[in-house]
Amino acid sequence: MPEIKVTPLGAGQDVGRSCILVSIAGKNVMLDCGMHMGYNDDRRFPDFSYITQNGRLTDFLDCVIISHFHLDHCGALPYFSEMVGYDGPIYMTHPTKAICPILLEDYRKITVDKKGETNFFTSQMIKDCMKKVVAVHLHQTVQVDEELEIKAYYAGHVLGAAMFQIKVGCESVVYTGDYNMTPDRHLGAAWIDKCRPDLLISESTYATTIRDSKRCRERDFLKKVHETVERGGKVLIPVFALGRAQELCILLETFWERMNLKAPIYFSTGLTEKANHYYKLFITWTNQKIRKTFVQRNMFEFKHIKAFDRAFADNPGPMVVFATPGMLHAGQSLQIFRKWAGNEKNMVIMPGYCVQGTVGHKILSGQRKLEMEGRQILEVKMQVEYMSFSAHADAKGIMQLIRQAEPRNVLLVHGEAKKMEFLKQKIEQEFHVSCYMPANGETTTILTNPCIPVDISLGLLKRETAIGPLADAKKPKLMHGTLLMKDNSFRLLCPEQALKELGLAEHQLRFTCRVHIQDPRKEHETGLRVYNHLKGILKDYSVQHLPDGSITVESILIQATAHSEDQGTKVLLVSWTYQDEELGSYLTSLLKKGLPQST
Amino acid sequence: MAAHLKKRVYEEFTKVVQQQHEDLSTKKLRLTKPSKSAALHVDLCKATSPADALQYLLQFARKPVEVESVEGVVRILLEHYYKENDASVRLKIASLLGLLSKTAGFSPDCIMDDAINTLQNEKSHQVLAQLLDTLLVIGTKLPENPSVRMRLVEVACKHLTDSSHGVRNKCLQLIGCLGLVEKGVAKEAESQAAKDVQKIIGDHFNDQDPRVRTAAIKAMLQLHERGLKLQQAIYSQACKLLADDYEQVRSAAVQLIWVLSQLYPESIVPIPSSNEEIRLVDDAFGKICHMVSDGSWVVRVQAAKLLGSMQQVSSHFLEQTLDKKLMSDLRRKRTAHERAKELYSSGEFSSGRKWGDDAPKEEVDTGAVNLIESGACGAFVHGLEDEMYEVRIAAVEALCMLAQSSPSFAEKCLDFLVDMFNDEIEEVRLQSIHTMRKISNNITLREDQLDTVLAVLEDSSRDIREALHELLCCTNVSTKEGIHLALVELLKNLTKYPTDRESIWKCLKFLGSRHPTLVLPLVPELLSTHPFFDTPEPDMDDPAYIAVLVLIFNAAKSCPTMPALFSDHTFRHYAYLRDSLSHLVPPLRLPGRKLVSSTVSPNITPHEDPSQQFLHQSLERVYNFQHLDPQGIQELLEFTIRDLQRLGELQSELAGMADFTATYLQCQLLLIKALQEKLWNVAAPLYLKQNALASAAAKQILEETYKMEFMYSGVESRQVVIIHHMRLQAKALQLIVTARTTRGVEPLFGMCEKFLQEVDSFQRCFISELPHMQGSFVDKLLDLMPRLVTSKPAEVVKILQTTLRQSTFLHLPLPEQLHRATANIIEPTGESDNPLRFTSGLVVALDVDATLEHVQDPQGTVKVQVLYPDGQAQLIHPKPADFRNPGPGRHRLITQVYLSHTAWTEPCQIEVRLLLAYNSNKSKASTRIPKSTWSESLEALPPSENGIEGTIPFSKPVKVYIMPKPARR
Repeated sequence: MPEIKVTPLGAGQDVGRSCILVSIAGKNVMLDCGMHMGYNDDRRFPDFSYITQNGRLTDFLDCVIISHFHLDHCGALPYFSEMVGYDGPIYMTHPTKAICPILLEDYRKITVDKKGETNFFTSQMIKDCMKKVVAVHLHQTVQVDEELEIKAYYAGHVLGAAMFQIKVGCESVVYTGDYNMTPDRHLGAAWIDKCRPDLLISESTYATTIRDSKRCRERDFLKKVHETVERGGKVLIPVFALGRAQELCILLETFWERMNLKAPIYFSTGLTEKANHYYKLFITWTNQKIRKTFVQRNMFEFKHIKAFDRAFADNPGPMVVFATPGMLHAGQSLQIFRKWAGNEKNMVIMPGYCVQGTVGHKILSGQRKLEMEGRQILEVKMQVEYMSFSAHADAKGIMQLIRQAEPRNVLLVHGEAKKMEFLKQKIEQEFHVSCYMPANGETTTILTNPCIPVDISLGLLKRETAIGPLADAKKPKLMHGTLLMKDNSFRLLCPEQALKELGLAEHQLRFTCRVHIQDPRKEHETGLRVYNHLKGILKDYSVQHLPDGSITVESILIQATAHSEDQGTKVLLVSWTYQDEELGSYLTSLLKKGLPQST
Repeated sequence: MAAHLKKRVYEEFTKVVQQQHEDLSTKKLRLTKPSKSAALHVDLCKATSPADALQYLLQFARKPVEVESVEGVVRILLEHYYKENDASVRLKIASLLGLLSKTAGFSPDCIMDDAINTLQNEKSHQVLAQLLDTLLVIGTKLPENPSVRMRLVEVACKHLTDSSHGVRNKCLQLIGCLGLVEKGVAKEAESQAAKDVQKIIGDHFNDQDPRVRTAAIKAMLQLHERGLKLQQAIYSQACKLLADDYEQVRSAAVQLIWVLSQLYPESIVPIPSSNEEIRLVDDAFGKICHMVSDGSWVVRVQAAKLLGSMQQVSSHFLEQTLDKKLMSDLRRKRTAHERAKELYSSGEFSSGRKWGDDAPKEEVDTGAVNLIESGACGAFVHGLEDEMYEVRIAAVEALCMLAQSSPSFAEKCLDFLVDMFNDEIEEVRLQSIHTMRKISNNITLREDQLDTVLAVLEDSSRDIREALHELLCCTNVSTKEGIHLALVELLKNLTKYPTDRESIWKCLKFLGSRHPTLVLPLVPELLSTHPFFDTPEPDMDDPAYIAVLVLIFNAAKSCPTMPALFSDHTFRHYAYLRDSLSHLVPPLRLPGRKLVSSTVSPNITPHEDPSQQFLHQSLERVYNFQHLDPQGIQELLEFTIRDLQRLGELQSELAGMADFTATYLQCQLLLIKALQEKLWNVAAPLYLKQNALASAAAKQILEETYKMEFMYSGVESRQVVIIHHMRLQAKALQLIVTARTTRGVEPLFGMCEKFLQEVDSFQRCFISELPHMQGSFVDKLLDLMPRLVTSKPAEVVKILQTTLRQSTFLHLPLPEQLHRATANIIEPTGESDNPLRFTSGLVVALDVDATLEHVQDPQGTVKVQVLYPDGQAQLIHPKPADFRNPGPGRHRLITQVYLSHTAWTEPCQIEVRLLLAYNSNKSKASTRIPKSTWSESLEALPPSENGIEGTIPFSKPVKVYIMPKPARR
């Protein structure tokens, strides 16, 4: 039985360090190549030695696919391609290819320049790595080699995020990467056609959550900001540079536009500016509204959002500032926070999750007095708000995607084991498909039942379909022909042509059968009786009585001779070619029943 | 009559007779008709190659064919059909056959047999499909002939086994369109075929080609549309099709399921994999809800739309559509809506969101959670969150329809609708506001909901704000805080967008009159009165203060205790506002104050309000003026006109009527004045100066009559007669004046004839109304008609003059509802001092934003006129899409006007105004008269005479400062 093997090197019952190996019909594909946020040692990258201990990875992998630009999906790429060594093709979408190096460079800077690590990939390595990247368009079928083909589907989540279908012959796997089934302010919802893959590898970050409508959250967010600005307060929104930040920008920008507000909005610069540039370029990847209106105005050409300068923080009057990083643990956002924390008119809105130990986490858990460096005590009087804007599919979304794609098997990655367990049970129950959730390094084998396409010559097809009733065209149908396996292809031919093509002489194959009948009469008379009998039964066939006493039914020959020992027993010799096997055997069984007694 | 008239006129002047001959020449054309088929025959015979023949056929198809020659043409085509070997030519012939059988007045049963015969030997699938299409056309042309239909259906059934999808498609279409519906006709034949029609179509639900599957479903729907009752057994088949791979199949299947659910709402269907059973409509509702999360947005739109019309669904299922069980980490979570509601009912104020305020509470039983319900769960939650705005709009519409029929559902869907006020697409926001307005009878807004609703008041789009004002007009608010909140927000809106003034006042008017008891406790605060101290008198011109007063006065109307809280200046302000903004301030019965309205009130009948009575009284007076001397008549008319105009300003609901009658009286006044002129007695050479007045009067009357006819909506035929009558009088006046001032008779002949023709057409158009016009100008004129026709122009003029003087003044009956079309240009405001600069020779776009009221068919009639300082005028027809319809009788024009001019040295002002175009051909009178008379009169009169096109300016001109700069070299 053919099989598909899946081994997660990362993201198996875990979030972060996504890296999944898939072997399908003899092809090996690596899906994503991410780093783990939680570790600073060797564990931060997937263990590529699993693939091969020595030798270049190129020999073992046919291609690498990166689903989107988040570091937990692409962070290990330069290490993998340049330091471990891989020269094969790397596939990603155009926006991912554009934004990915910015993030990798940023990651490198923080690790090397700030933390002072050595033995890390260099800027040059990032550049070299990106040279190996092949960019793909949505819904474009890319032939990796003669048999392996991949196709990208829209996934929402972040700009350029894609789901990939990997297909070899009739076997296929769909890898979702991270996706979002509800549209947001700048991206649409994930969509896939009914491609019925053998295996769907889905993320399951929110396996046990069903989320509320996005509108309430948006409305709350806008109302909070609006009220504070109207009071004359300042709003600080700590964000990470890419992804949610753009969504919130659009949200505020359109709100400002709609409500005719005048208070300034600032965005701390740096990598955002570059990224915003790409957002402007890749309009086709955004949602309906932005796509439709960009002719009049590109939504990412912010009218109200300006670049932030350090000095602006002390300006009087209301303002809204987006500042990095998102967890208030360092950098500009923390500086601004310290300046504004003392005024109860101000507000800080945390749009995402904060890791324990960060200032963000402390204030969210209600701490009002913070100890800063140098033993300073900072009293937080400003309002603290939490708004979750996450772009992963929730349990319902995952189920919806499964319903759309109709896979034969589902495999869950990128989530916590306990939550996966619940979703797995649900999937099996609702869709009656088997569901797997391997841990890192654990291999799952899925048996497939691929169909094998066979070419049939038109003449034969028409001839064969003409025979018999034109029953349900969708039902499988039995056909006669010669299966020719030649040059790695299968063809169904009519026997004559097959013989001709193979240069073989035709052999006649005849079956003969003797049937003993108790009949005291003459051979000749017996023959006549048999003839009359058959004539009576087989009305649709041409039954002939030949002058030499033998009978033919179509091409089947029947001869009656007397038994050499017992004259009362007549031997009927029935002979037919293998093509008439059906009729021949029917005749024999008919004759074996004997002749009717009368006449 | 007209012909007769003409003849008499022509008898004397033989010059003109030639025209008559020219008219006759049109009839010659008929002789050429039969040659058509022959020409085709020759052409086709000449054709050497199939391409040639195709060319001939294509040319032939461009020209229409007369009914008489259709059959001949068909025969020739068929003849060539059998000879032709090329499939493309046969295809064209087949399509031509279909086209020809569509010819009006041609009965295609004679060619049916031939058409069926052609099917027999045809091998090409495309031609077959086309032939079937032709048969379909033939079949639809013969609806009264069941045996023909039977035959065609049989033919179609025979070809259903064809291997090409196109042929099967057409067959199904044919069966769907022609399959027998009536029962009892041709009993035995029906039992064979008609009964099977549904089964035959149903069998193709499983066809291998999705196009054929779609066609099968469509054919089934077609049967339903034609009145055939579909069998319930189809339901289960249709349900299977919902899971089809192809979107068009699914989309059609959704429709079919909807149709079945409407046909058999109460039948019981089993739920698969359980023993339970539910109503079919509920099951179908669930299934369609499921399709709201389909992969294809076309299907989603379709499903969402259909949900709205499934009103028989049980409330239990309906309410599920808004339910989406939230959970987080397997623990039950409350939705933001539920939290808001709880917060509200517990009476607490929000303490500001804490992290984890929405933390999940109870554990969820993992077994019980159903992630992908087959039922209706959350369908609308999904639909309203959809990626495509088309789906969202459809969902909002569906919500609206369902909520209108179920108050409890309306209450539930409120939160979701309020959420939609924040959608990113304006259309969706607008739609949801309108929806909310429509269901507002069923709901009362909670304070927190009102808060979100009011937040939208700051929207920069005028459409949205106005829609919201409309919504607030009919909203029920539960608390006095709510009213206060609404007022505060509306005032905020007023300061931000001063142009919204009227709309906000109107909104407060309704808010006040709906909630008098809630306003009462707010009065001292709103008027900032103090029990001991006198507070300063607010500024009467402040729009915000007026807004507050409008709210209070309207509340006071049904709350007699309220005026006691007013201070002195409030009463004064009331008197002022009652006068200046009478449409917003209702009459109040104030204690100790003698106001005009309160003095009159005792002796009026409860039904008729005094102003209406006044209108009728003054008209009554005018109609009896016969006994007065000429001077008195003029004065009386002048005063009445003044009164009416004033009344129109005061009483907005009577404005149309008052203006209409005032215009009419004005016409009469002008006519009287013109006839009173001394010029009629003076010798000819002295007219010159004086006639200016009379001819100007005639001209003005003409203009006014066009205004009366086309600017008012609700004008009935009774009024149209009188308007036309007035116009006729004006024309007579014109004729008299010209007769007096011009020398020689030559030009008079034409004018006289024209006038007589007009009298004639008037008589024909309004023959039924003539009895009501005793003693009028036209009545007398018609009596004198035989004399007029024979007399010479000079005599005609003399007769006209005396008739005009003697004729009585006609009563103008008033219709129930009469509204004058008005337009108000909002943008450009005309206040800008900054000229709009552009390079000469290039264009500049000027945004024009205007509101139109009571304009019928604005797309066809409203034009924008731009007047340049050099007297050049430009007329712009706005696109139909530029008109929006925010409410009944109201339209809004938002368009761009392109300006261009050669270079100027200085900036200068151009004028922009709106015009109402009219065409007297399309007058209300002519649409009313029967078709036959109309066509007759068309023959008699050249159209140019009857159809006078013109425009009426109906908005104040707005000046725009522009400056075309010379192009830089």
